[in-house]
Amino acid sequence: MSSIENDIKINIKNILKNSGECSNKEIADKLSYLKRESIPNAVITIGIGSSSIIAGAVDTLNAIKNYISTKNIKADVIETGNLGFCSEEPVIGVQLPGKNLVLFKRVDAKSVEFIFDAIFSNDIISNKVLCQVHNSLHHPWEDIPYMEDLPFFALQRRNLLRNCGFINPESIYEYIARGGYKSFVKSIINYPCTKVCEIIEESELRGRGGSGFLTGLKWKIALTSEANNKFVICNADESDPGAFTNIILLEGDPHRLIEGIAIASYATGADKAYIYIRSRHNLAYQRLNKAIQDAKELGLLGYDIFNSGVNINIIIKQSPGAYVCGEETALIASLEGKRGMPVTRPPYPAVKGFNGMPTVINNVETLANIPDIIDKGPAWFKNSGTFSSKGTKLFSLGGKVKNCGVVEVPMGISLKDIVFKIGEGVKDDNKFKALLIGGPSGYFVPEHKLNIEIDYEKLRDEGFSIGTGGLVVIDESGCIVEITKFFMEFTARESCGKCIPCREGTKIMSDILHSVTRKPVNGSGHETLERFKGVMQLEGLADVIKNTALCGLGKNAANPLVSSMKWFKEEYEEHIFDRKCYVNVCKQLRCFKIDAENCNGCNICFQKCPEKAIIGTVLQPHFIISNKCTGCGICYDNCKFSAIVVV
Amino acid sequence: MIYDIEVNNRKIKAYRGETILSALQRNGIIVPTLCFMKDLSPTGACRMCVVEVEGEKNLVTACSHTVEEWMKIYTHSLKVINTRKLIIEMLLASHPDECLYCIRNTNCELQKYTAELNVSERRFNNFSERKKNDVSGAGISYEPSKCILCGRCVRVCDEIQGVNTIDFIKRGISTIINPSFSKSISNSNCIYCGQCVRVCPTAALTGKNHIPYVLKNVHKQNTKLVAQCSPAVAISIAEEFGVKAGKDFSGQMVTALKKCGFDAVFDTSVSIDLHIYETAKIIAEKIKNNDKTTLFSSSCPAWVKYAEQSDFDLSRLSIIKSPQQIMATLIKTLYAQNVNIKPENIFSVSISPCLAKKYEAQREEHSQNIYNEVDAVLSVRELARLIKLSGIDFLKCEPAPFDEPFNIRSSASNLYAVSGGEAESILRTVIFMLTGKETKDNTYTKLRGFKDIKEISVKAGIYDINFAVVNGIKNIHKLLDEIKTCKRHYDFVEIMSCSGGCINGGGQPLKTSVEDLKLRTKIIYENDKKDVINKAHKSPFVNDFYNDTLNRLQLVTSFDELFKTSYKYKKVLN
Repeated sequence: MSSIENDIKINIKNILKNSGECSNKEIADKLSYLKRESIPNAVITIGIGSSSIIAGAVDTLNAIKNYISTKNIKADVIETGNLGFCSEEPVIGVQLPGKNLVLFKRVDAKSVEFIFDAIFSNDIISNKVLCQVHNSLHHPWEDIPYMEDLPFFALQRRNLLRNCGFINPESIYEYIARGGYKSFVKSIINYPCTKVCEIIEESELRGRGGSGFLTGLKWKIALTSEANNKFVICNADESDPGAFTNIILLEGDPHRLIEGIAIASYATGADKAYIYIRSRHNLAYQRLNKAIQDAKELGLLGYDIFNSGVNINIIIKQSPGAYVCGEETALIASLEGKRGMPVTRPPYPAVKGFNGMPTVINNVETLANIPDIIDKGPAWFKNSGTFSSKGTKLFSLGGKVKNCGVVEVPMGISLKDIVFKIGEGVKDDNKFKALLIGGPSGYFVPEHKLNIEIDYEKLRDEGFSIGTGGLVVIDESGCIVEITKFFMEFTARESCGKCIPCREGTKIMSDILHSVTRKPVNGSGHETLERFKGVMQLEGLADVIKNTALCGLGKNAANPLVSSMKWFKEEYEEHIFDRKCYVNVCKQLRCFKIDAENCNGCNICFQKCPEKAIIGTVLQPHFIISNKCTGCGICYDNCKFSAIVVV
Repeated sequence: MIYDIEVNNRKIKAYRGETILSALQRNGIIVPTLCFMKDLSPTGACRMCVVEVEGEKNLVTACSHTVEEWMKIYTHSLKVINTRKLIIEMLLASHPDECLYCIRNTNCELQKYTAELNVSERRFNNFSERKKNDVSGAGISYEPSKCILCGRCVRVCDEIQGVNTIDFIKRGISTIINPSFSKSISNSNCIYCGQCVRVCPTAALTGKNHIPYVLKNVHKQNTKLVAQCSPAVAISIAEEFGVKAGKDFSGQMVTALKKCGFDAVFDTSVSIDLHIYETAKIIAEKIKNNDKTTLFSSSCPAWVKYAEQSDFDLSRLSIIKSPQQIMATLIKTLYAQNVNIKPENIFSVSISPCLAKKYEAQREEHSQNIYNEVDAVLSVRELARLIKLSGIDFLKCEPAPFDEPFNIRSSASNLYAVSGGEAESILRTVIFMLTGKETKDNTYTKLRGFKDIKEISVKAGIYDINFAVVNGIKNIHKLLDEIKTCKRHYDFVEIMSCSGGCINGGGQPLKTSVEDLKLRTKIIYENDKKDVINKAHKSPFVNDFYNDTLNRLQLVTSFDELFKTSYKYKKVLN
């Protein structure tokens, strides 16, 4: 193995300058080995990433290693990133020489043995298999669906994700073997800076962070701003609850991002780039760090890259973790070592940003798109997508949906297709209620609006926005008011405290929502009046906050509230007028009653009640004092005789 | 370039590159602001200055947006007014309804806008716990529940003073302004310059209140209540009673203080003369011996604290006590002797334009003797409140002279109130000491004005005298760097922590504009020009002091105790 790496290292310029093709037969063979087109031994891949580690992938990995050493099988075990199919993790792949790669799903430590026992005798455990991956050089397995045939993958167009789950993210050679870094080398050798900006502008790539600004235009502004220093910052501070697209990319294919950043730095004339990443994304940090080190070692980063006179250094900055630091000006402040607070714009960072210098801030997904656009040209990129939104978009699909995970779909696909085709509908065949698009500053989409196409303009016209690409499916058991309250509390907590509308307004709104989702404390008429008054203010507050808040966090803070009040008004009315949460989610609105016929006086509820709201003597039916009951439900959970009922 | 923009359907003139707010203000359109501060970076935090710009989706903040030629602006449309009103209501949601008991009642900016925007009921309530007050600081108290987080204090501390004591801490509704690590002010590197108090729109930051201590000692048996008044007080006290800046009210002040119950009122300028004389002696000696070290003034207590907590070489700091402390010692020795009373039975109050003087009074060097040198320090604002409390019509007071024995001063001493004044008055005496001749022209314009750093080189006989003046503590590093790299040599450096000097001190009236500062400066220099005795060494008191009084005094105290102090490094949170 090490000799392969050495050979590539020596021939790196040759390989990359000739667009990944290599005239040297020996090298070509080695590259094809790295691409796993021809392998001498069996290769076992296991996705190790945040989502699979939660599902127990580390145990599975140990079990695999154990199996191989005890059975004395000659096989390479390769840790890859995650495939993105989170609900089926841990996913492992087995490729036997000459055969197609087979992926297995939900492989826990226990099932490793019988899966491997079977496959090494050319048999497949059918209930564990996920799919096989098509490769014309290999023989297919019979009766095993291809990846493209699975509903989860069928409508996806995996460009950014195509390496995720297949290559070793810690190996720069595997990335190079699959065509990596040739776009970067092509740019610095063949194109002047302006040309690269033009290519990106022509591709009509728009920022994937949410606002959808034209990336090429942003670069051009930075390039034409005169300054001694320029910077590129990659915003990898993904922290919305329910968004995990960037993390899959970072952990699965870090070199794609590094290449994208390198091209962006070259195109804008920056010699220093920063990656701003959450400190809690430790695995991604380590893999990025390794990637940068490896790229430096091969001379792809650093000083005078490939004798072109181009200097690019990438520095990773671990962020302490504040939601507002995803906002670009707050991010810059944080990077400068100041408190992460947004500042007024204009001037925009592309004119005056980090340390007062022109700074391009792009999202991970935006930058990951760059290498392919340079490689295949803007026309290829514009092939997919709609009139105003080109290319593909990553979404993290979660919530009460059958197939969870990160999906890459072409722009223009409808939300319905994502939820009901890719996601295969609602879990447990429950009824669909709403789709939350864009996390805590996103919108609730009701069922009749699901036909809407993914497109910056079309979504905006309907009053929605792509946001960070989080899609959370809410089924009939979810309470919209409760979820809205959760997000309102989230933004109130994460507000930086600078501008009044955001700091005070979000707190007031979450207080009002709080009063809606609980019983009156003392039942006085005054409190009821206050509660009604509060509800009446909500819309006005939301309007002012949207209009006046300093940054995106505040401007969008009221989005979930406004959209839920628009589409799910009846649910609010139930909470407000009936004081009932009909799906029994809002605990503080629940009322319990003891059914005297079923109660045998076991006394357990009496003992468990934290509020001492239950009275009764042993072996006699008990009673709940409704005034004292807070609706916690402990009695309900503990009653073995179903004597406690919700009223 | 000038162009016309349309505001409220009328054309107004605007300069290219200026903010909307500045164009509006120049044209007489008032837009409310809470966080805006002239000459400091706009933060856009309060959102009160929002205006409607045609074509813009959201309202824009006038303080941070530059005007464009195409703009059509509506500053008081219904939408804008309702928005501003709601923003104020949001602020009030977490603001305590304590106006009646508040020190800033009737001069609070939040209160003003609440009234202006016709807010008549409390629509929102933020049920959060009341944040803890910080009363640990010697000169400044912080009450976070009244803080509206406009950030003016943070910017003043950072951008004007360069001390950086306070910043925002925590997030969301728990955001608070605190020194490092949320520690108390007493542990911080706060120098008590009080500039933050001056800019605070509410009563979140206030000067320490010493009025109760004074009141306790009014007409108390066996106790003499004595006041000393700093020269920067007499020229600004009347502003608190509605008089335009630029008039000297020292006579009325003496009468008012007497009416308040003070037994004697002295002029701190008298001890300033002694301070000038002693400092000049050191400098003249240094110059004669060709000693090339620099002497740094120590009369600004905020600067002294700043030096003590930095890596500054304290041996270069003048060991002469500040005028306030010299006078205090004189009161408790000479005056006590004169009226035959024990020093403990004198309650000595210093009236000063400074909050750091409150800190200086309780420094261990000055308070751990048998008695406190100074028992209480009142700021100009506190003095005005005391006068009002005592039911005195200040403007109708008959002027009266200061009390003997501390009533004769030179006009040079009054220059201490402005930046450069200390250097100028010392210079006059140093020249005399070096040459033995009186100079005719005593005006040194190079030392006057509001420049950051002022320098002067004077030839006195065979000697060269080099003085420098640092105006505002932020500029001290510029000068220190210059000295370190040996580019310049100075015999004496005057440092005032507040820009402009004591006339702009933290204890001065809150609404002090640049215009006011100019008028205050003007009256001081005018008085100096008129006065016959314009040098410290010519003051009869000084002559008398060294010929006679000092010998008498040395029976009860020593020369060192009277004039000298010491400094030591302080560990603070930076």
